[in-house]
Amino acid sequence: MTTPAPAIDIQDLRLAYGRREVLHGISFQVPRHAIFGIIGPAQSGKTSLLRCLNRTIDFTAGATTSGTVRVEGADVRSMRNVYELRRRIGMVAPLPVGLPLSVYDNVAFAPRAAGVRSKSELDGLVETCLRQAALWDEVRDRLDSLGTRLSGGQQQRLTIARALSHRPEILCLDEFSIAIDPVTTMRIEDVLKELCRSMTIVLVTNLTQQARRLADRTMFLWNGEVVETGPTEVLFGESPRDPRTRDYVRGVFG
Amino acid sequence: MAERRNGMEMVAEKAIELLIRICGISAIVFVFGIFFFVFREGAPALAKIDLGEFLTGGKWIPTSHQPRYGVGALIVGTLSVTAVAMAIAVPFGLGAAVFVSEFCGRRTRETLKIVIELLAAIPSVVWGFIGLSVMSPLLIHGFHVPVGVNLFNGAILLALMSVPIMVSIGEDALKAVPDSYREAALALGATRWQTVWRVLVPAARNGLLAAVLLGVGRAIGETMAVLMATGHSIRIPETLFDPVCTLTATIAAELGETSKGSTHYQVLFLIGVLLFSITFVVNLAADLVVKGIRKR
Repeated sequence: MTTPAPAIDIQDLRLAYGRREVLHGISFQVPRHAIFGIIGPAQSGKTSLLRCLNRTIDFTAGATTSGTVRVEGADVRSMRNVYELRRRIGMVAPLPVGLPLSVYDNVAFAPRAAGVRSKSELDGLVETCLRQAALWDEVRDRLDSLGTRLSGGQQQRLTIARALSHRPEILCLDEFSIAIDPVTTMRIEDVLKELCRSMTIVLVTNLTQQARRLADRTMFLWNGEVVETGPTEVLFGESPRDPRTRDYVRGVFG
Repeated sequence: MAERRNGMEMVAEKAIELLIRICGISAIVFVFGIFFFVFREGAPALAKIDLGEFLTGGKWIPTSHQPRYGVGALIVGTLSVTAVAMAIAVPFGLGAAVFVSEFCGRRTRETLKIVIELLAAIPSVVWGFIGLSVMSPLLIHGFHVPVGVNLFNGAILLALMSVPIMVSIGEDALKAVPDSYREAALALGATRWQTVWRVLVPAARNGLLAAVLLGVGRAIGETMAVLMATGHSIRIPETLFDPVCTLTATIAAELGETSKGSTHYQVLFLIGVLLFSITFVVNLAADLVVKGIRKR
């Protein structure tokens, strides 16, 4: 078996907002069909890093990047069809952003934007995605009501369903659990373990234990620099390479 | 001491509440006051003329020995000019609002906004003048029609006059949609156009509807420009290029020539009541539409 190109390959990525550099030359690779955890305190550049992946960083005026970002082998920074790129990456934001549409239309939004018209195909897709996000049983009877009327936790699962709706190759979750109760969080974590058979998952989290539970490999990002990347059991084990890692995962600082 | 301060605060609170209440109620009082005054001036005519003929009759000959007071042609005139104006103005106005809010750069936007505000500030008599001296010859040469001051001329002017309002209000409505919606839609792989059409327009629909309505209101109520540019000929138009006459223009043109208390004078006030009712129905309909949308 030949080793395929990594799902994400980032070399020396620098990102600056105006003059303020927030990512200082980051390099790492995410193997395909793995769960890759990114941990680190607030303001360490985790969200900015994700925004470089699907080029939503473009929306921020004055943001400049350098280095290489490759997604499934393709160079992201020089890519012209960003819409195609964004369809390949599912993105879940920390606070749910329910589009002002019905539950159904929220999930069907991306497939429709990508050109799916068949009602039966959309129906199937919506149900599958809502089931995968552990939301189907709660909303099956009110697919027509506004997505923004759901509770916070339900809305977050709705955004997960939506992120899955365009069948992404990579799913990025940015602190997805801060608006969800622990029980639902566990259910979604189970879902993620299932999903990583068919896609690569990048899990940005404040909860170091969540990375420990889920991630195959974990990266510790601190102040815009990679402190350490490695197998999760090493980072959380007795002897990570960098003492800062040990302090952080044990809650000594951060 | 503390109690006295609390007492003072209570009084101040009550006073402010009362003040605001008066402001709110005064709006209602003024509307009813105006309606009452206009209706009182016109009401005596109701006994002298046949209401059915007034509303549907095509003959408006107020100064003959056997005067006829049918405003059917005027109603058709007002509605047709407004409808044609809106058919031109709504796509342009909302399209421009979307462009200014979503697609153009910061510099272009600032320039455009200044120009659009300037456009809104042009007095209607100047528009009428443009209709007479610029549009009319253009229409005569461009469409080979005998009369340049006609329905189409008036409609274009009304469209030009209502577009700036639609752009301003429409742009505000679109700008009020949170950026997180835009980012979420774009992050899902939607193009900018898909984002506008499927997310922003539905999210801003109340504001956009308000923008259109203000445009309609401006078009229905406009007097001077249509008086100068539509030809002011009382008949039911058959083509786009027939001269027409509107309710507002008739009041403006004829009220000064009537003697106070004459039937003609009273009927003109009835036309005022009619205009009032049309505006009321338009607003009410829009309100219901908005409520209907919200319920979904």
